[in-house]
Amino acid sequence: MRFRRPGAVAAGTDTADPGRGLELRGVGHRYGDRVVLEGIDVTLTEPRVGVIGANGSGKSTFARLLNGLVVPDQGQVLVDGLDTRTQVRAVRRRVGFVFQDPDAQIVHPTVAEDVGYGLENQGVPADERAARVAEVLARHGLAGHADHPAHLLSGGQKQLLAIAGVLVMRPARIVFDEPTTLLDLVNARRVGDLIAGLEQQVVVVTHQLDLLHDFDRVLVVDGGRVVEDAGPGPAVAAYRTLMADR
Amino acid sequence: MTLALYVPRASAVHRLPAGLKLLCLAVLAVALFALPTITAAGAALAGVLAVGLLVARLPVAVLARQARAVRWWLLALLVVHALTTDLLTGAHVALRLLTLVLAAAVVTATTRVSEMVAVVETVCAPLRLVGVRPARVGLAITLALRFIPVLTERADRIRAAQAARGGSPRGVRALRTTIAPLLVQVLQMAHDVSEALDARGADVEPPRAAWRRS
Repeated sequence: MRFRRPGAVAAGTDTADPGRGLELRGVGHRYGDRVVLEGIDVTLTEPRVGVIGANGSGKSTFARLLNGLVVPDQGQVLVDGLDTRTQVRAVRRRVGFVFQDPDAQIVHPTVAEDVGYGLENQGVPADERAARVAEVLARHGLAGHADHPAHLLSGGQKQLLAIAGVLVMRPARIVFDEPTTLLDLVNARRVGDLIAGLEQQVVVVTHQLDLLHDFDRVLVVDGGRVVEDAGPGPAVAAYRTLMADR
Repeated sequence: MTLALYVPRASAVHRLPAGLKLLCLAVLAVALFALPTITAAGAALAGVLAVGLLVARLPVAVLARQARAVRWWLLALLVVHALTTDLLTGAHVALRLLTLVLAAAVVTATTRVSEMVAVVETVCAPLRLVGVRPARVGLAITLALRFIPVLTERADRIRAAQAARGGSPRGVRALRTTIAPLLVQVLQMAHDVSEALDARGADVEPPRAAWRRS
């Protein structure tokens, strides 16, 4: 199953500059009358970036801007120099996205078929697809579940499957939107360890503050603005102070 | 709810192309009506069971589950024919239906959804001429199979939440009070799934800008 969009930028033919990272320039976004983000000017080049904030602060919209799931009303989002507004297909090849609820992300009835779905969309030949799916399932402890119905997996296994479905596409960067919110402590730690071991640049939106302890940079989003931008220690302290005043 | 359709095995039946298996199923259906004797239907049933249990090595439970699902239909056919024609005719009709149901179960249990969907997409290919996209048809079937158990689980969860607050888990009222929240969840999930499809490269439309998110 493959969808082709006329005019889409094919892999390898874009003019990306991997050194530029994720750039948000004067970004603002609103839903109807409600302003969710405004005046966002950040460039993210660090390997590990965290985003924290209260419910409704705009952090999920921030995450969705990074791979073109949401296009900003104002400003520009660039991924390695590619504009999410005009080069969204090329952007999504570079930026994988893991959602909070794996049930919404898993689209095929069985594990191996679901992992192969993104590759199918990329037009990867069947032989290579099968090899890459088998490799990623083995690496994440799902090899024995290849033909297992996805809905019978545990919550932790479902999240691992959702992540495997992104990793198999080998994106250069991965955005995680609250990846551990629905998991118990053991599975949350497992997913946290997996994220820590990734070679890609990762941006993690989370409420689980200890996930960020060895991150390079943490943004605190509040009222649609980045109100703190620092290392994990100072950023988390600022966030706690902010929340204590409410 | 268990919707475990595919049963992985390294058998010759599993290795057969999905299109060929579906063709065999169609030929069997025609043959069962072209050879209208109870002996032929009995032989066909024996053949289906042999292929399913001995060649494909499917668990008996897989076929038994499908037979159980149609048992009341089979009984009704038997009774209606016993009253209107004769018992032998009823047994023949019931046997024919059971054979077809089990044959379909063998095909389903030995074929991955993706292979089945690929056949559907191939069959639908001529519809491109009238603007139908076969990939969309295939995706719709895949998503339906994937989300039947998910939505069943959500409905169970809503019923449990209502029961925990003193609501009755049964009856017309329970059905009514389940449908509205389930519909809301389905719509939210449809949006989430469409985002996931976009994120995994199945984007066919420009991304939407207007959806409430925190």
